[in-house]
Amino acid sequence: MRLFVAALIAGLVLSLASLVWSQPDPSVAKHTAGDKKSGYVYAEPQTRAIQDDDFTNPGFLWIDKGRTLWTRVDGTMGKSCAACHGADAVELKGVAAHYPKYDAKLGKLIDIEQRINLERTDKMGAPAFAWESEDLLAMTAFVKLQSRGMPVDVATGGPAHPFWLKGKQYYETRRGQLDMACAQCHVQNGNRKLRTETLSQGQTNGFPTYRLSWETLGSVQRRFRECNSQIRAEPEPYGSDDYIALELYVASRGQGLPVESPSVRK
Amino acid sequence: MASVETRLKVPSAAKKGEIVQIKTLASHPMVSGQTKDSNGKPIPRDIINTFTCSYNGKQVFKMMLEPAISANPFIAFPLRADQTGTLDFVWVDDNGAVYKDSAQITVT
Repeated sequence: MRLFVAALIAGLVLSLASLVWSQPDPSVAKHTAGDKKSGYVYAEPQTRAIQDDDFTNPGFLWIDKGRTLWTRVDGTMGKSCAACHGADAVELKGVAAHYPKYDAKLGKLIDIEQRINLERTDKMGAPAFAWESEDLLAMTAFVKLQSRGMPVDVATGGPAHPFWLKGKQYYETRRGQLDMACAQCHVQNGNRKLRTETLSQGQTNGFPTYRLSWETLGSVQRRFRECNSQIRAEPEPYGSDDYIALELYVASRGQGLPVESPSVRK
Repeated sequence: MASVETRLKVPSAAKKGEIVQIKTLASHPMVSGQTKDSNGKPIPRDIINTFTCSYNGKQVFKMMLEPAISANPFIAFPLRADQTGTLDFVWVDDNGAVYKDSAQITVT
C-alpha cells in the first residue's frame, strides 16, 4: 500500500512536471498559430535576439536599400514606386501577406517578387530586377516589412486552387538521388531530430530571410533550390511554375503565422 | 553588395560619465580570400580590415578585422560619455575604400 501511494505521488509529480514543460515558451508564443510554428521557434536564442532588434538584424541593410529604391525614379514613364503608392508605403500594409496570388490578367499564379517586377515593367517602363539580385531582395524585403506581424493569408480556393494542388503534389513527390519529398522532413518528421538539427515545419513566413550560413538575405525560391540540392535533386530555375505553386502550398501550410520578414535564421 | 551601407545606434543624449553602448553595422561581403570562383580561380581577399571611432577628434576605439569575420560585421562597444560632441566612425577595406559615418551625442 505504501509503495502504491509512493508510486502514485511520483506519477502525479511526473505528469505535473511534463504539463509544465509542455507549455509553449511565452517568448515564442506570438510566432506560432495553433500547432503551426515559425522557424523562429526552432532558432537558437542568440539568433532570435539578432532578429528581435531591428538594428542588429542585418536584413535591415536591405530594408534601407529598399526604402531608397522605393522613392527612386526609374523607367521610361519617369515614375517611382512612391509616385503611386505614397512615400511611406503604408498603403502596402498587408498586401504581401496574400502572396503568391492568382493574377487574372496573366491567368496564372505569381509571387511577390514577380508582382514587383510586373509593376516595374508595366507601370514604370523600367527593366525587371533579376532574380536574387540585391535590388529585388531589397524591394521584396521592404514591401514585406509593411505586413510584418500580420497573419499569412493566401487564397487557395477558386482560380488559385489548381496551382495549390500542383504545389501540394510537388511537396509530396519524392525526387532526387535521396528519393525524398518535402513532406517527409517537414510533415512526417517535423519537430524531430535529424542528427543534431531539429527539423522545422519549413514555414516561409519569414522570407526573404537573412541566413547566417548564406551571409546574405535570400528569397524563398533560393531556399527551395537549396532544399532540392540537399536531397540531390536538380534545382529548378528561379520562378519556375513548380516553385511558384510550391510557394503557395507552403504558405498555405503556415496560414495564420505572422509575417516576420526580414527574419534571421542560421 | 556593391554599395556599402552603414548603420549606427548612438544614444542622442547621455549624462556626464555615463557608459553608453555604441552599435554599428556595415554591409560588406567580407570575402576571405579562401574561396574560388566557378573557374577555380581564387577570389582575392576583400575585407574591412580596420574600424575606428573618434570622439571629438580623439580616437577612442580601434579594431583590426581578420578574414574569419563574417559578412556585414556588427561591432558594438561601450563608451564613457564625458563631453558633448561628434562621434566619427571609419571603416577601411582591402581595396582602400573608406566608408564614413558620424553621430552627435549631447552630454549633460
